[in-house]
Amino acid sequence: MDPANPRDETVSRRGVLLAGLAAAGGSVAVGNRAAAQEAMGPSVSASTMATHGNMMTVGDVDNLANGFDPVAMLTDWDVGTTETLSDGRTLRTFQVDAEDKEIEIAPGVFFPAWTFNGRVPGPALRAKEGDRIRIVFRNFGSHMHSMHFHGIHSARMDGVNGTPGMIGPGEEFTYEFDAKPFGCHLYHCHALPLKRHMAKGMYGAFVVDPDPEKHLDQTNVARSRLMGTAENAEWQELVMVMNAFDTNFDDENEFYAANTVAFAYMNTPIRIEKNRPVRVYLINAVEFDPINSFHLHGNFFDYYNQGTTLTPTLRTVDLITQCQGERGILEFSFAEHEPGLYMFHAHQAEFTELGWMANFDVVEA
Amino acid sequence: MEDQPSLSESRRPQNLIWLLMPLALLIAAIGWIVFADPFQSFRNGAPPVEGVTFERTILNDQGLRMLVRAGGSDPMRIAQVQVDAAYWSFTQTPPGDISRGATVWLDVPYPWVLGEAHAVTLVTTTGATFTHEIEVAVPTPKVTAGQLRFQALIGIFVGVVPIVFGLMFYPVLRGVGQGGMNFLMALTIGLLSFLLVDSAEEALELAGNSAALFQGPVMVILVAAATFLLLMAVGQRGGPPTGLALSTFIALGIGLHNLGEGLAIGAAFAAGSAGLGTFLVLGFTVHNITEGIGIAAPILRKRPPLWAFAGLALLAGGPAVIGMWLGSLAFSPQWGAFALAIGAGAILQVVVQVGAYVMRSNNLGLETFLRPSVLGGLTAGVAFMYITAAFVKI
Repeated sequence: MDPANPRDETVSRRGVLLAGLAAAGGSVAVGNRAAAQEAMGPSVSASTMATHGNMMTVGDVDNLANGFDPVAMLTDWDVGTTETLSDGRTLRTFQVDAEDKEIEIAPGVFFPAWTFNGRVPGPALRAKEGDRIRIVFRNFGSHMHSMHFHGIHSARMDGVNGTPGMIGPGEEFTYEFDAKPFGCHLYHCHALPLKRHMAKGMYGAFVVDPDPEKHLDQTNVARSRLMGTAENAEWQELVMVMNAFDTNFDDENEFYAANTVAFAYMNTPIRIEKNRPVRVYLINAVEFDPINSFHLHGNFFDYYNQGTTLTPTLRTVDLITQCQGERGILEFSFAEHEPGLYMFHAHQAEFTELGWMANFDVVEA
Repeated sequence: MEDQPSLSESRRPQNLIWLLMPLALLIAAIGWIVFADPFQSFRNGAPPVEGVTFERTILNDQGLRMLVRAGGSDPMRIAQVQVDAAYWSFTQTPPGDISRGATVWLDVPYPWVLGEAHAVTLVTTTGATFTHEIEVAVPTPKVTAGQLRFQALIGIFVGVVPIVFGLMFYPVLRGVGQGGMNFLMALTIGLLSFLLVDSAEEALELAGNSAALFQGPVMVILVAAATFLLLMAVGQRGGPPTGLALSTFIALGIGLHNLGEGLAIGAAFAAGSAGLGTFLVLGFTVHNITEGIGIAAPILRKRPPLWAFAGLALLAGGPAVIGMWLGSLAFSPQWGAFALAIGAGAILQVVVQVGAYVMRSNNLGLETFLRPSVLGGLTAGVAFMYITAAFVKI
């Protein structure tokens, strides 16, 4: 949104004067105000401009040039490379590079982003509860950067100022910690000024799947959350990082989206097979605006705040709000619905109309 | 004296060299800068400076139509258009990059709301934004015979009617003596001085809203000065103007002022406006009535034929109608400023001419302006204009 600096308009005083003249002249000339109205011409009517579907950006974003595709991003998990440690645990290694990159965030609008692995949001890292995590982080950018994980780890691995994980251009650091607690988390650069580093695009999803062995009372639920199981394969899982861009650097966002590109899922609705349940890993990385939200049309969902429980923290809702950095898991089903387009968007209408609006295309399998 | 022509004759080839050499060097310098690019270090990765000026806004049953002028350091491209913080489809004519100084029309099929405010924000390819406020949305009048008649009527009320009323004081004023004459001429100077300040202020205000490349304020001053000098030169041919000639110059100055005012009012008409009340028309009529008295003052001694009165009224008031039409059909801030600057220059010329006339007729030089009748007239003129302006300034 942009209150920007509205240009002073030319003719306010004259405008008022003129209106008086118009009214007066009209009444003198014709003797009634209706005639003056007539002289002003017909008013606009809703029917002459019925197509409110004009609320949309114009043109297409070049995904190829960007190097990432918002549709592919929905399911594009980075599970790293794994090896088994001597104690039998899994060591999971990720490679993440920070780099400066200009990206097209809406058709024809280019933003000088700071990225993890050349994309905004950064790679959606996914691990299993209890994995040993190793992230080899290299800074190819022009400023200090770090990876600050939301999770349980030591101070040394926190990626804030004064820790070894805050590295300058050309430097490298390896973060190491255990993947816990399970849930839907995020990571982001914690270099200062934090607001600018966040707004420039340095954030991404960090999902830790529950280990069924550790949750014997709810093994099936845990298995459905664990990537690679037959139960999990039933689900259609999507990761969405709600974000926004302040293209004129006035600390107000001009574009809002899920996964960067404004209106991307309006132009290409997300295909949903109606008989398979849907799970959305939803993360709010918007800067400047305190909260963001998610509203689903024609349906209700269960919500797991921060994803750290196996039972919903909210049941049967169609709207949740998330503070900056807040996230959670949404579960819903269209099994009982007729096929068609089901909209979802931030229920701040302002965000909606500035790009954070999308459609599920529910189809028969 | 004899040998001078031959001297310049012998210098001619040298003169030619001195003329051509700097030009050749200039061309060489331009070539060097363009091809060798010695200033490439200026390109530090920063995006180009961009500028957009909204020159016209039209609201109709198809939505919003805007004429915008680009004024950046490089050609620029409008990527997206927001209306009231919502992205909206739009078409640009002609499409593509907009060169520095060029204009395009943007058509936005937006269902605007009668009587309410809207804001249009252009987002360029670099993410810069330019916002234009529509303070009160009303349909832009279409160009129809009825519309032109309606505007002409307003122009007549603003321009012609008060002058006719002012001229109608003519028979009453004829009997005045030298003191009364001084008072009336000084009154004219006072009211014209007010119009001069008013025109200059409004011209500069409009100039501030025009695209930077027009250098609005400089243009206003140059145009006013040029108009002043031109009219002074014309006015002084055959001696200082008196009688009907001086009245004609006063009428011309007021007419040019009214042209600028009409342009601006016509533009406000096209841009839409809020309704207030009839008292504005009355205020304007009273405000401008002294203009007629001022025109009548120089011809009090020798009565011209009746058609001359009609001519003077049309010359002074008629341009308001023409201005209304032009302003509603094709207006941009720079043209409004241009017209008002011409008016300011013309009025300055008349102030000088009338002042000179008063001095001549009293044979007192500058001391004339210290006479009670003259001081009283000046004060009355400025005060009357200032006070009645309160009715029309909002």
